[in-house]
Amino acid sequence: MSLKMPVPDEAVLARRNDIVAALRKIVPGEGTIDDAERLRAYESDGLTAYRQPPMVVVLPETTEQVSAVLAWCYANRVKAVPRGSGTSLSGGALPLADGVLLGLSKFKRVLHIDYDDCIAVVQPGVTNLAITHAVEGRGFYYAPDPSSQIACSIGGNVAENSGGVHCLKYGLTTNNVLGCEIVMMDGEILRLGGSQLDPAGLDLLGIVVGSEGLLGVVTEVTVRIRPKPEMARALLIGFSSVESAGKCVADVIAAGIIPAGMEMMDRLAIHAAEAFVHVGYPLDVEALLIVELDGVAAECDFLVGEVQRIAQANGAVSLRISADDAERNAIWAGRKAAFPAVGRLAPDYYCMDGTIPRRRLPEVLERMKMLSQHYGLGVANVFHAGDGNLHPLILYDANRPGELDRAEAFGSDILRFCVEVGGVLTGEHGVGVEKRDLMPVMFSEVDLQQQQRVKCAFDPELLLNPGKVFPKLHRCAELGRVHVHQGKVPFPDLPRF
Amino acid sequence: MSIKAKFRFQTCRGFDSMPALHPVRPADERDLIDAITQAAERGQSLQVLGGGSKAAIGAPTDARRLDMTGFCGVVDYDPPELVLTVRPGTPLSEVKAVVASANQMLAFDPFDHGAIFGVGGGAATIGGVVAAGVSGSQRLSCGAARDHLLGFRAVSGRGEAFIAGGKVVKNVTGYDLPKLAAGSWGRLFALTEITLKVLPRPQMAATYVIAGQTPEQAVKAMALAVGSRAEVAAAAYRPASRTDLSLTALRLQGFAPSVTARGAMLTAVLSGYGNVDVLAEGEADAFWQNLHTLGSLGGDRPLWRVNVPPSHGPQIVRSVQTAVADWMFDWAGGLVWLATDADHKFVRDAAASCGGHAILVRAPETVRKDVPAFQPLSAGVAALEARVRQAFDPKGVFATGRF
Ligand SMILES: Cc1cc2nc3c(=O)[nH]c(=O)nc-3n(C[C@H](O)[C@H](O)[C@H](O)COP(=O)(O)OP(=O)(O)OC[C@H]3O[C@@H](n4cnc5c(N)ncnc54)[C@H](O)[C@@H]3O)c2cc1C
Repeated sequence: MSLKMPVPDEAVLARRNDIVAALRKIVPGEGTIDDAERLRAYESDGLTAYRQPPMVVVLPETTEQVSAVLAWCYANRVKAVPRGSGTSLSGGALPLADGVLLGLSKFKRVLHIDYDDCIAVVQPGVTNLAITHAVEGRGFYYAPDPSSQIACSIGGNVAENSGGVHCLKYGLTTNNVLGCEIVMMDGEILRLGGSQLDPAGLDLLGIVVGSEGLLGVVTEVTVRIRPKPEMARALLIGFSSVESAGKCVADVIAAGIIPAGMEMMDRLAIHAAEAFVHVGYPLDVEALLIVELDGVAAECDFLVGEVQRIAQANGAVSLRISADDAERNAIWAGRKAAFPAVGRLAPDYYCMDGTIPRRRLPEVLERMKMLSQHYGLGVANVFHAGDGNLHPLILYDANRPGELDRAEAFGSDILRFCVEVGGVLTGEHGVGVEKRDLMPVMFSEVDLQQQQRVKCAFDPELLLNPGKVFPKLHRCAELGRVHVHQGKVPFPDLPRF
Repeated sequence: MSIKAKFRFQTCRGFDSMPALHPVRPADERDLIDAITQAAERGQSLQVLGGGSKAAIGAPTDARRLDMTGFCGVVDYDPPELVLTVRPGTPLSEVKAVVASANQMLAFDPFDHGAIFGVGGGAATIGGVVAAGVSGSQRLSCGAARDHLLGFRAVSGRGEAFIAGGKVVKNVTGYDLPKLAAGSWGRLFALTEITLKVLPRPQMAATYVIAGQTPEQAVKAMALAVGSRAEVAAAAYRPASRTDLSLTALRLQGFAPSVTARGAMLTAVLSGYGNVDVLAEGEADAFWQNLHTLGSLGGDRPLWRVNVPPSHGPQIVRSVQTAVADWMFDWAGGLVWLATDADHKFVRDAAASCGGHAILVRAPETVRKDVPAFQPLSAGVAALEARVRQAFDPKGVFATGRF
């Protein structure tokens, strides 16, 4: 646990009883939680290595309540952390000891569906999969599909700009959201975007999506829904080297094919998955590729042939094509169970999330091998191969002194290398607290200050979800000064927290 | 693997057709920082321009022109990575040719506004179309410039060079500032390098049409088609004229066996709406091209780009029926190109009542002097927008009064 959160404000902690009482007036009864036992349920999100019970939890049910809670916090200089379902893998919803945890779990309604305009208007606590459930009767679905989709909320998806295995073809959350209602830290309620395609002014919705709960609290979302493809078929292709699998991916795309999904697993992940779900994955290969094609039957059939040809030209050593949905699901079962399967190899695993230019894959995997030896920790790789998004899973045992720190250091080295080869720190899980201190690897101080000025335009007192995303805390007044030149940062000794 | 070298020699434009307002044309980032810093110190403003093809949008301004055509050329292009990094002053036509040579496309379908302003084509730059958020008919299925801008480098109104986003197709590191850049119209910073997602060019396209529909029937048919599994790439409607019946057009594209199968599916889906025909290739090209040049909406009437939820398109054209108007639907009815004498308040109220907004694209200077290009925002959003502009440009170097 190398990361530090801001030091709690003693004065705020001393006022805890008053704060709870004031919030209870806005959100009465069960909606305000302050007993230690129940607070513990909120102490971490999907990044479980970090835990901190919040000062108090509020679970409002209306936008007006959210607005009143935030306005009160703003007036009394109390910090707030929004939370959806708490599945973030980067610690975005990690509570603050001196902060209010604002849970959106009671915003559960699908408000409006319009099939002519292909939109659904939903509350933020609706789960990703529930949107699809609400529209599938008419043959529609909501395309972005994070693997956590049965649990994660659409509000959390908006905050993290979440992706999924199908986002190469259908886009991330940001490409599928048309509008939202947000509540600003001072309680003001704003509507950004709408149900039409282009925004009226600056694309403010575009920066709220992916802002990790730092700019505003999302209280309503308008998403685009799509007709569900007629069918999907999957190929399971084994290769004797990662290079040839990578070459196959590049050749598929060069042939003008954008598959619905294109996933790769390395040897360790293949073996772990097969041992867990027994779906007949070949065990004598170095890399396994799943290519899914969707659309009308004629397209799937044609493209399956094309991909098969490309795979064979790249020396595929095994190839299986799904004949029906049952077989397709079996092909996916191993990939979908890869995380828990790898989790069986060690007491704990740590999931990373960098993106690289695909052509650099072999050297990135080579570097991981070296690092794995250096740190004495195993690593398995699953990979959204189509868009270069790596998910190395680092194996460790939190009960062994020093192993968590080593796992974190290993993970950081991988992400640094991702940036070095032209990639980025995170492809879909967000920066949160996890990658906060790595931000300077990718961005200069000037770049980061520019982003923080955007934060200041939304939340000048830095009360909404502080301690996430930005490695250094700059007061807005200080950032407002004109002409801070590269290298000459004001207050270079301001504490890192 | 990069084919950057192949494209080193490009027809980067020299400075030609602009009026002599002593524009400044930086050759590199250093020059640009100097120009912006100087303007900030002197309290002057700068209007960022690429080829100037859209210079006649917005209120007339005498702000000094900041000509970005010096930032020209492809920086990196690796087709299998689906990523193109290019300098913003590169002509749009050049960029399209480069990606076409690798059988790829800019999927947001950007087009040159030259024809709309009767100044000919070829002036538009890639930076200009991105900054103006220009997207064509394919926006319906493939997204807009904002969906394809992965990252950029720019100089802010503070005179600082900075980067945002990344150079890979999937990235959520830091705020998604590229979304703000697309459609910023030079109000936040001057772009010096942009990274775009590119996609494979479809092997073939076919345009299916129904003749003689009313706007209401057309929008209904387009909604049905878009909501079907036929994967409609573009959907537009040209109303009847003195000589021709109205035409509802749906474009399918992709691999040949797929397009054929989806064509049959589409014909079946729309069977209750009239005869579905396939347009000959030349006619189809002309139909879609017309949505970029807006040849049939010529004349002197103010031209609007009205954005509404698609089902509300007909309401917009009915509401201006009393005025003389020519119009077309794109985006299945969600984009109404409207040339009308109707009062601007009337057009904007009509758009707002459908939950949308109207952009004034073409109008005489006398009109543009008083009528803003963009629909006024609600007070709260306008204030937020102003604060965001300040975050990049505290001294208002890019606040030219044009928008
Ligand atoms: C097993 C597993 C698999 C996963 N697979 C994927 C995957 O395939 N792709 C992917 O992209 N992610 C994946 N994730 C990560 C995670 O599910 C997503 O980031 C998800 O969007 C988080 O949603 P949530 O509702 O749980 O948000 P939370 O974890 O509660 O919060 C996440 C962030 O959003 C903010 N937030 C939440 N709600 C709001 C709101 N209404 N307004 C403002 N801010 C808000 C929080 O402050 C926090 O910063 C996975 C996680 C797990 C545990």
